[in-house]
Amino acid sequence: MGTFSPGFHGRARGLADKLPPGQYPTESFPVLSAGPTPRVPTETWTFTVTTENGDSRGWTWDEMMALPQEDTVHDIHCVTRWSKFDTPWRGVPVDAFLEDVETAADYAVAVSHGGYTTNLPLEDLLDGKAWVVHTYDGFPLSPEHGGPARLLVPHLYFWKSAKWVRELRLTLEDEPGFWESVGYHNYGDPWREQRTWDD
Amino acid sequence: MAADWRRAHLVERLPQTATARSLAFTVPGWPGHLAGQHVDVRLTGDDGYQAARSYSLAAPAEGERIELGVQAVADGEVSPYLADGLPVGADVEVRGPLGFWFVWRPEQTGPVLLVGGGSGVVPLTAMIRAHREAKSPSDFQLVYSVRTPEDFWYGDLLSEGADHLDVDVLYTRRAAPGSSRAPGRISADDLRGHVSRLAGAGTVFVCGPTAFVEAVSDHLVDLGRDSGSIRTERFG
Amino acid sequence: MGDTPLHRDGNWLAGPLSEILAVEPTRAWWRCPTCGMAGPLAQLHVYGPEPGLTARCPGCTRVALRLVKEADHVWLTMGGATGAFRFRTA
Repeated sequence: MGTFSPGFHGRARGLADKLPPGQYPTESFPVLSAGPTPRVPTETWTFTVTTENGDSRGWTWDEMMALPQEDTVHDIHCVTRWSKFDTPWRGVPVDAFLEDVETAADYAVAVSHGGYTTNLPLEDLLDGKAWVVHTYDGFPLSPEHGGPARLLVPHLYFWKSAKWVRELRLTLEDEPGFWESVGYHNYGDPWREQRTWDD
Repeated sequence: MAADWRRAHLVERLPQTATARSLAFTVPGWPGHLAGQHVDVRLTGDDGYQAARSYSLAAPAEGERIELGVQAVADGEVSPYLADGLPVGADVEVRGPLGFWFVWRPEQTGPVLLVGGGSGVVPLTAMIRAHREAKSPSDFQLVYSVRTPEDFWYGDLLSEGADHLDVDVLYTRRAAPGSSRAPGRISADDLRGHVSRLAGAGTVFVCGPTAFVEAVSDHLVDLGRDSGSIRTERFG
Repeated sequence: MGDTPLHRDGNWLAGPLSEILAVEPTRAWWRCPTCGMAGPLAQLHVYGPEPGLTARCPGCTRVALRLVKEADHVWLTMGGATGAFRFRTA
């Protein structure tokens, strides 16, 4: 150590109580992507909840916007080590979509336009811990950041907050998603630094 | 083949533009390389944190000496450090040479059209130097798209009228004084004459930002080039 | 380069794949089972490098390969929903 690249520190990593281990704070909002950015018009947008029995319930954009809306502010933590504090969102708590759904599922897979998936325990989506958001900092969510609507699960690493979300599929068994199936941690708690498979 | 990381010693840094540098390293045990290949450069922080990025080789190898082109990207983690932070005389690690698709070999005798956008000219410069060193009979043309005259890399080597090379410079934002073409993005018309000179033979190498490469590839296909004779390299 | 949503291409997979393959991979030929487009690995569209590398068909964006680098391991899956291999590299 110390014999290569003297004076290289990577991005400045500071200390703060709000900062999970191994993270650095950023003012910018980096865009990470595993594929082309889908363009999803709100006219044809739908959001569907499908149970383990195959029963499904759907919402159009207008129906989603007619549900009770919440303004919510969170710190977000990306597994690529940036954290962004006090990000302001507006959207619908996931609870609202699951209110009348009969299910015995313990898990959910969020499915996005473009084929991205991510898996979570169902309880991590309930009790005001997760939202389907459509507005960031007062403006419609841009396509680069997952617009017209993305999942927001701020207590887990940000790859769990699926961009361009179109469906929640409830499952009895845990089904690893796009990154979870290639080495990333199945749960992804930033405070326990659950980045990779065996963390 | 588990490419090994080798120690690379920075021996020279030359400014190319306000934000671009060419860096010369000596790499003990360097096996040589082909024009168009690249290396991965790895940096290590005091705490063991590592970051690796790919950079194109800008020249044929001279023994253990290699040359890389580095464009400092605002907000980048690695490129600003390589461009201005790494002291001459210090070491980094490199892995390579890498890539066997985007390469020109001196034994290729067909005509070649090189189309570079911005720092995408770096691997094309390696091909131009290899072509000159080999005294290759292959007909070489370069179409070089840059924003302004100040963004021009390798001015002595790539200027219009250079020996053994037909260079066509296209400015996208502000042209050089006396330039007859109005500034603007590369069009099919800009490429038409160059493509007809290939007469359906040879290879086209395109390197630059992704949007540039996509646009040039579309123009080339529109002008009748078989997509199998177009080799592209995108750097994001 | 990482912070851009634009893709790069398979030329840049040469280094990461060199850790686990015995043969230089960028000339390897691949035919997309979805749209039929064929070409070398070098011309796949590649997103990343973080959180991982995703290589897609230039014609229809079908996933051709995914690679995630850890300190001492590389995870690789060929194709979309097939299982990943975890290679020890150090």
